[in-house]
Parts: sequence; C-alpha cells; structure tokens
Amino acid sequence: MTTQKPAEQEPSSTRLIATLAIAGLISGVAIVSIYEATLPTITANKARELREAVFKVLPGVSKMEKYQLEGNQLRFRTETGKDENTLYGGYNQQGEFVGYALPSSGPGFQDTIGILYGYIPITRKVVGMEILESRETPGLGDKIYKDLSFVSNFYDLSIDPTIVTVKKGLKSATNEVDAITGATISAKAVVRIINEGNARWVEKLPTHGLALQEQPTQQEGEK
Amino acid sequence: MKQPTSSYQEMMKGIWRDNPVFVQVLGMCPMLAVTNSAVNALAMGLATLFVLVGSSFLVSIMRLWIPKQVRISSYIIIIATFVTIIDYSLLAVFPKIHKELGAFIPLITANCLILGRQEAFASRTTVRFAVMDALGMSGGFLFALMALGSVREILGEGALFGVSLFGPNFEPWVIMILPPGGFLTLGLILLFFNWVTEKRRQAQINYRLSLNSIEESRV
Repeated sequence: MTTQKPAEQEPSSTRLIATLAIAGLISGVAIVSIYEATLPTITANKARELREAVFKVLPGVSKMEKYQLEGNQLRFRTETGKDENTLYGGYNQQGEFVGYALPSSGPGFQDTIGILYGYIPITRKVVGMEILESRETPGLGDKIYKDLSFVSNFYDLSIDPTIVTVKKGLKSATNEVDAITGATISAKAVVRIINEGNARWVEKLPTHGLALQEQPTQQEGEK
Repeated sequence: MKQPTSSYQEMMKGIWRDNPVFVQVLGMCPMLAVTNSAVNALAMGLATLFVLVGSSFLVSIMRLWIPKQVRISSYIIIIATFVTIIDYSLLAVFPKIHKELGAFIPLITANCLILGRQEAFASRTTVRFAVMDALGMSGGFLFALMALGSVREILGEGALFGVSLFGPNFEPWVIMILPPGGFLTLGLILLFFNWVTEKRRQAQINYRLSLNSIEESRV
C-alpha cells in the first residue's frame, strides 16, 4: 500500500506472501463462521428428513428408535458417530413394534442410489420404499421415485424367495416388481439394492424388534 | 468503457448489449447443467448474483492493496469464500434446491464470468461502478438461465416452477431436460439473439442509406 507509485518496482515477496496470508486468514474465519452458524440447521434438516422417510416407509408408525446391529445382536443405538450398521425400528401409538426401516445402497445407472425401505418381519414383506439419494437421469431414471405406479410396487411386496423385476404390466406374483419402460436399469438397481439389503439384514433381525419398556436416553432416537 | 458512463448504463449493458451468456458466451457449464427446471435456474442465478456482487464489491475496495502479481489468487480466495457462504446457506435454508444443484454451487468459483469481471472491470474501477456492473452482469446471467430453464421445463415437463401447464394429456419432451435439450435450446436462443442483433444493424444501415439518398435527392 506504500510503494506502488514507481510503476516498475516489484513488491517484495514478503508483501506478496503477507497479502495472500491475510486473505486466506480472513477467508478462513468467514468460512468457519458460516459453517458453525449453519451446522445446527443442517443437522436438524437431515434428522428431520430421515424421520419423515422412516414414517413414510412404515405406514402406521408414530415413533421411531435408532437400532444398531452388533455382530448378530440388535440393540438400541445410544452413541453418536458413524452410522454403520444403523437401522430403525418403528412403533405404533401404543408403543408396539411394527417393523424395521432398513437402509441399503448400491450403484444405479449414474451414481449410487441410497434407499430406505420398510420391512415387516412377521409377514416378511416390504411395505414402503423411499429413495434417499440418487442422481438418475431426469425424466427417465428419476421415475424410481417420481412415478407412483412404480413406487406402489413396494407397498406390499413379498421378499421370498427374492424380489424380481418383470416387464411392465406383467406383475403377477407378490414378489414381482413392474419395471419402468425406458428406465429398466434404474428399476432393476432399486430391486437389487433391496435384495442386497435383505441379505444383509433380514436373517439377523428378531421378529418383534426390541421392546420399548426401558426408554433409551435419546428422545425418539434423534440427536 | 472509455467515455465516462453513468452507473445505470454500466448496469444495463450486462443485461442486453454485453450479456454474459448470449453475447460473451461465458459461464456455459452451469448454463447447460442446471437449467433443467426454472427453479434450479433461478437458484443458480441468484447464487451467482450474490457471489459476483459480493466479490466485485470487495475486489474494487481492495484494488489498491492487492499486488498485481498475486491478484488472480486473491480474487479466487475472495470468490471461493463467497461461494462457500452461499453453499452452506442454501444447504441450511433450502436443502431441496441444494440437493438438485449439487456440485454446481461449489463450481461457481470456477465460473469464468465471475473471475473475468474482477480482472476486466472491478479491479479497475470505483466501488459504485463495480457493483452496478456486477448487478448488470449477473442480472444478464440470471435472465439467460431463466430463459433456458423455463423453455426446457415447459417443453420437457409441461410445467413451469412445478405448476403443470398443459394438463395430463401433454406428452413431455423428455429430451429437453436431458443434456441434449440444453444444447438445442441454447443454440436456438443464440440464433435468435444474433438474428435480432443483425436485424437491428441492418435497420441502422438502411436508415443511414435512406438519409443519404434523401440528401442526395435534395441536392
């Protein structure tokens, strides 16, 4: 800010470094502040989205708990941190266990598809499916969550022996899903991801979930 | 830019005469990528407006303190800071829109339109002109995004801002919301823009010619 007048004179490298260091410092402070300021809202949004998804895939549920599968042992999840092996249990108004909401993900047509689906152990049926994350082609692949006639395939779907995709309109058995014309790969990916989820979770889960009598410390399974 | 211009002119030039998209053909990446619906286009345009106005303002204030040798990196730091601010704000306030725009919000940093305005204009002028110029340029960018986004959403989904326009019997032209639709629409809009410019130029030439011939006939 002092020696700019003689046009030819080069500013010292110290000055150049100082300029960038100060710019970086101010920028860092600004970024950290905005991060800190928005973090609570962002976390709350994510938690709310997840709750809504759980309630959506498990009809009749009014309360959810976070579970964790440790080895083959299911327990209430109390700690925070990595979401590995986390699943959700849904309870009705009387506090009776209804079913599980199971996360599963896998490759779709463009990118990873993340799914949460509702599973009722007594009937061994999938009762709802929600796409949490997907970058499928707009207008075609995004029908896996926009096309209600596809989504409704998952409202009452038997998982035995496995779920299979059939050509649109040919669904005849309870374990069959009508594919989407023009988005067969995405539709098949959804079914495959749910089958993988079943293989990962279903046999290890007790039929009646965990009883609610001793309240875990968290409120409704949320941070 | 040579004669002294009013700040109003400085603003208006970005919207039409020097429109960053239709005339300078800058910022094509967000232009093609996020204009598959009017809402996305609007969000992208407003985010860019915030970043461009903010960084033009700051760059213009700091122009005497930033040594020439490190100016580009300083501009990028300033731009990236504003981008991060808008990124987190969108994530907190409009998570749905943030999800749709995805990686393209952080990529505003790399939008050559923004760095270009800092280098070509904001770093050489007073704060008032810099801000007016930034408003105009991002206004022009927003206008272009909206033009493309609306056309593509109307034809590709039969809707505008998610409101259905033609009823259930309309068969959407899916290609319009896919990448090829972006190129097609942009090409047609550029064609239209150049056609209008060309017509105006022709009209001016004809006008001058007719003036000449009138004078000749008087002589």
